[in-house]
Amino acid sequence: MDPYAPADFLLSVESLTVSFDGFKAVNDLSFYVDENEIRVIIGPNGAGKTTVLDLICGRTRPTEGSIRFRGQELTGMREHEIVHAGIGRKFQNPSIYEDLTVFENLELSFPRGRNVFGALFFRRDAEVRDRVEEIAEMIFLKDHLNTEAAILSHGQKQWLEIGMLLIQSPKLLMLDEPVAGMSIAERRKTAELLNTIIRNQSVIVIEHDMKFVEDIAHRVTVLHQGRVLSEGSMERVKNDPKVVEVYLGH
Amino acid sequence: MTSETFLFKQREWVALAILAALILLVLPATVDIFRLNLVGKYLTYAFVALGLVLCWGLGGILSLGQGIFFGLGGYCMAMFLKLEASTPEATKIQSTPGIPDFMDWNQVTELPFWWQPFHSFGFTLIAIVAVPTAFAYVIGAAMFKRRVGGVYFAIITQAVAAILTILIIGQQGYTGGVNGITDLRTLLGWDIRTDDAKFVLYFVNAVLLIGCLVLAQFVRVSKFGRLLVAMRDREDRVRFSGYDVSNFKIFVFCLAAAFSAVGGAMFTLQVGFMSPSFVGIVPSIEMVIFCAVGGRLSLFGAVYGALLVNFAKTSFSESFPELWLFAMGGLFIAVVMAFPFGLAGVIREHVEPALLKFTRSVALLRPGAAAAPSSSK
Amino acid sequence: MIGDYTFGEFTSILAMQGFAGLSLFSVFVLMALGLAIIFGQMGVINMAHGEFMILGAYVTYLCSHLATEYVPVLFPVYFFAAMTLAFCASFGLGVLVEWGLIRHLYRRPLDTLLATWGLSLILQQVYRSVFGAREVGVTLPDWMMGSVALTDMIEIPINGLFVMGLTVLIAFAVYLMMARSTFGKQVRAVLQNRVMAGAVGIDTKRVDRMTFGLGCGIAGIAGSAFTMIGSTGPTAGQLYIVDTFLVVVFGGAGSLIGTIASAFTISQAQSAMEFFMSGSMAKVLTLLTVVGILMLRPQGLFTLNIRR
Repeated sequence: MDPYAPADFLLSVESLTVSFDGFKAVNDLSFYVDENEIRVIIGPNGAGKTTVLDLICGRTRPTEGSIRFRGQELTGMREHEIVHAGIGRKFQNPSIYEDLTVFENLELSFPRGRNVFGALFFRRDAEVRDRVEEIAEMIFLKDHLNTEAAILSHGQKQWLEIGMLLIQSPKLLMLDEPVAGMSIAERRKTAELLNTIIRNQSVIVIEHDMKFVEDIAHRVTVLHQGRVLSEGSMERVKNDPKVVEVYLGH
Repeated sequence: MTSETFLFKQREWVALAILAALILLVLPATVDIFRLNLVGKYLTYAFVALGLVLCWGLGGILSLGQGIFFGLGGYCMAMFLKLEASTPEATKIQSTPGIPDFMDWNQVTELPFWWQPFHSFGFTLIAIVAVPTAFAYVIGAAMFKRRVGGVYFAIITQAVAAILTILIIGQQGYTGGVNGITDLRTLLGWDIRTDDAKFVLYFVNAVLLIGCLVLAQFVRVSKFGRLLVAMRDREDRVRFSGYDVSNFKIFVFCLAAAFSAVGGAMFTLQVGFMSPSFVGIVPSIEMVIFCAVGGRLSLFGAVYGALLVNFAKTSFSESFPELWLFAMGGLFIAVVMAFPFGLAGVIREHVEPALLKFTRSVALLRPGAAAAPSSSK
Repeated sequence: MIGDYTFGEFTSILAMQGFAGLSLFSVFVLMALGLAIIFGQMGVINMAHGEFMILGAYVTYLCSHLATEYVPVLFPVYFFAAMTLAFCASFGLGVLVEWGLIRHLYRRPLDTLLATWGLSLILQQVYRSVFGAREVGVTLPDWMMGSVALTDMIEIPINGLFVMGLTVLIAFAVYLMMARSTFGKQVRAVLQNRVMAGAVGIDTKRVDRMTFGLGCGIAGIAGSAFTMIGSTGPTAGQLYIVDTFLVVVFGGAGSLIGTIASAFTISQAQSAMEFFMSGSMAKVLTLLTVVGILMLRPQGLFTLNIRR
């Protein structure tokens, strides 16, 4: 029935390597993400975390290796095609359209009218309105629909960008430091949000806040110098001597 | 009632009405045919400025080569008119009758194959829009697919404008060289040099301009328009929201080229010739200043900008030719440093609030109306 | 056989045209060096760069005029003084322009493009008002006239050799300065991380101003060299700005070697083709090739593959 065998992973990254003029930012990296899983990637600065997300979403081209998503090879596909395949990406700094309102931000991300003529003749109908309101409620911005995005708080901007991904109903969400700049209360709400999301989709999160990681992670992958150092539950990873070495050793 | 209305908001309907009244009624009724013809010439530049509002103002794509498309559109029209003026009877003193005079002067003895289709008016009309648009597509596809933008794009378009000018001037046997294609007389037998014809052409031009303005407004208020702004500010976010950014850029660049081409063709009809001096680097960058002076985000501003700068240019160059370059240079610097949103910005920030204040105070003076505004305090 | 020429004649023609192209090459390199330094540092194109070059040319013309009129004794060596003065004049104007105009427009590269175009129009009119619309030329001292005969068919003009040597010297000096001197290190520090450079005590504003001035100053020297290959007029600089920018982009912005290599390629190609077709067609073909290559490889010929 499914286009891919059920035993397959949602995302399988295999022997992925990228080199920038000889420097291997990601080196022979392999990891696998299940359906409905929250995976957190941690690691010291320069470990290649953001580069991994860049590689998956097509922003950077790998030198070697393969990325398979629901049975589809992503390497070589263009960015928007990867989005159409069902992968959403949030950037490290909130990347939203500051001049537009929250409603318009979400509307622009609504997955209809994505080609030139579709956009020219796009109409704001009931379906769009309902969906935008539904998402706005999920991301705690229902009362701010007509607010200009520029004046939202930093945390609200982070939520808005997550909402802009959710409205596309991706199968995999990749969030680069989603709680950076959030208050404690906002972090808790974000953790709740992520736990609601995974009823239908998987999430890869890059995060430094260990408390937050413990709240959400099903499994944790530790990267170091472009390789997987350790992988498993938070408990296991925390007690892995290699991880302790990297984080505390020097 | 919501503030959303069809295509234009309320205040924009007012602006459209004022503009239409000005160019369709007031100007034709008040100025003589010589000046009206000049206004018509200025308005052909407004087509280019409209395209630049979409392309540069909204989309952030600065083309310094709009003269290419203005010129190509103009040349297509000029080639048709020239062929019509070069009947074997009219050119029987030439060594090869039936070909344009400049070809004869340059010892060309046969009409080049790519001139042949311009005997047909239908083909010419299509070519006026299709040739520049196709050219824009080639440039746009090559640049935008490879993510070339910003300053690089600006300079490459400028280089293409330079190349085209040198080519036109160098190949004078086929293009009329530096003088361009001159001595155009009739359009389908109708003499375009008479005052009556100029009057009619002025209206054709004005109506076409308003048509293009409405079309541009349609693009601006559609989701396409919002995407252009989004791409200007956050290109990556748009790309990772599932849009093929390059296609949008190519489309808007082609649309701007098509507008410019219509302007160019109307220029040829109203002025009676076309030459490389409307193609190259200098005219192309001047066209940007028309748009900048009017306000790079305002379609109406683009039209007024084209009118004002050209009016200033004409009056300056008549009385103080040496001052014109100073004025033009100063205009470039001033509009960038002090008024980045041009006339439209000044009106929005200063004139409109002042007007609002004025109407409020008038309302306050009226007995009985005083209660409503004071309650807001 | 190529065309009507024998092989020997053909190589001689190529060699002659090649040496003739050296002067053009020198002007290109000096112009492009200045433009590349400014573009690399600030990401803006100085559209008035050609006018800074012409300023240098006019200064050289003035020196030549003054030397012949008043101090004929110094005439043989006036050119060295002229070059220094040309550098100073363009450097000074550059610093002034950075202070009054450019520094307000960082982060708005397209607007800088328009503003500097406005500046170029004003400068052109200033030149026209001061020096007149007619083109002027300089008188070269005797030792720079004439040519060296390599074979009986190949002759090299001495002034071309002189300019060539000068260019090599300046390019080398610029390279040394950027690679070794404290100023060069500061420039590169600001380029790579402006905030951090400021935090460690580098006066980033001063660095910007000096860099802009330096770029303009080198354009001034280019102007001195320019007087040997063309006559100086108010709008002569405008003709070079697009070519020069193409040189910079073609070589890959940020690469000094690339700039020099691409200046060499473009000037030589143009010069060689000029012998076989009209000058305008040679230029069209050269520019078209460059634009075509840039469309295929927009990052230029000599750029590193770095993470965005």
